[in-house]
Amino acid sequence: MSLIYGLITGILFGIIMQRSGILSYEKQIGALRLIDMTVFKVMLSAIIVGAIGIYFFKDIGVIKLSLKGTSIGAQVIGGLIFGVGWALLGYCPGIAAGALGEGHLDALWGILGMLFGGAVYAVIYPFMKKYIISIGSFGKISLPQILGINHWIVIVVFSILMVVLFRFFEKKGL
Amino acid sequence: MKNKTLNPYVAGALIGILLVLSVIIAGKYLGASTTFARGASVIEKAVGIDYSKFDYFTTKKGKYGPGSLPNWQLMYVIGIALGAFIASKLSGTFKAKAVPTMWKNKFGSSSLKRGIVAFIGGAIGLIGARLAGGCPTGHGLSGLSQLSISGFIALAFFVIGAAITARMLYSR
Repeated sequence: MSLIYGLITGILFGIIMQRSGILSYEKQIGALRLIDMTVFKVMLSAIIVGAIGIYFFKDIGVIKLSLKGTSIGAQVIGGLIFGVGWALLGYCPGIAAGALGEGHLDALWGILGMLFGGAVYAVIYPFMKKYIISIGSFGKISLPQILGINHWIVIVVFSILMVVLFRFFEKKGL
Repeated sequence: MKNKTLNPYVAGALIGILLVLSVIIAGKYLGASTTFARGASVIEKAVGIDYSKFDYFTTKKGKYGPGSLPNWQLMYVIGIALGAFIASKLSGTFKAKAVPTMWKNKFGSSSLKRGIVAFIGGAIGLIGARLAGGCPTGHGLSGLSQLSISGFIALAFFVIGAAITARMLYSR
C-alpha cells in the first residue's frame, strides 16, 4: 500500500509541477541566475501552506514531526556542493525525474550522474562522517525550539516575510 | 487540460496540501535524493560489486542498502516522471529535447557536451545532497515546513552554491 501511496503522491506532484512550468532548465537556471523567480514562488508558497498544515495537524495529535538532524558542517558544505551540481545539471533530484517526463532528455544524463554520485558518496561516507558531519552537530532541532517561542509565532512571521518577498518579486517583474 | 500555466502561488499551495496529506495518510514526508543512493547500491549488487564493504549501504539497518528498494520514495520519484509525462502530453507541452535553449545559446548545440556536464552535475549534486542529508524537497519543502534548523541552513546554502555557480557559468 505504501508503494501505491508513493506512486500516487508522485504523479500528483509531477502534474502540479508540470502545469506550473517549473520543470524546464530555463526556469530552474532562471531562478538561480535571479532573473525568473517562478521556482522560488512555488517552493516558498508550498512551505507556507505546508508549515501551517503540518503544525496544525501536529497540534491536534494527528501527525508527528520528522526532523532531520542539524549539522552545520554537513548542511553548509553539503549544501554548497549540492548547489554546484544543481547549477551544472539545471535540475534538482525530484525535478530531474519530472523534467525527463516532460521530454528534457538531458535530465536522463543527470539521473545517471546521480546514481554514480550515490555510489561515490558510499565510498567517501566514512570520511564525511568523521570530519564533516561531526562539525557543529546539534541533532534534531527546530527554529521555535531554539528561539523558545510558540511555533505559530514563527509561522506567522515567516509567512509575512515571504509575502513581502513575493510582492517584491511581482513589483520587479521577476 | 488547457495549455495554460498554473499560477505559481496556487501551484505552491497545492504542493503544500499534497505534503500535508501525504504525512497524514501515508506518514511520509516528501524527499527524493536518497532514492539515487539506494539505486546505486542496487546496481552495485546487480553487477556483482560487494556493496556491503561500504558502511553507508549497511548503516542504520541497511536504510540505504539494496534491500530498501522498492519503497515509497522510489515509487514517488517514478510517479513524478509519470505525472509530468501525462500532464505534458495532455496539455500539448511535451517536447523531446536533448539540449535546453538557454544552454544552447551559451554553450552550443552539442548534446554530448551537455550530457557530460549534466552527468557531472548530477553526480556532484547527489554527493552534496547525501552529505547535507537531503535535497530541496527533503530539506527545503519537508524540512522548512517543520521549521527545522537543518532545512533553513541547507536550503540557504543550496541556493548560495547554485546561484554563484550559475552566475559563473553564464557570465560573459
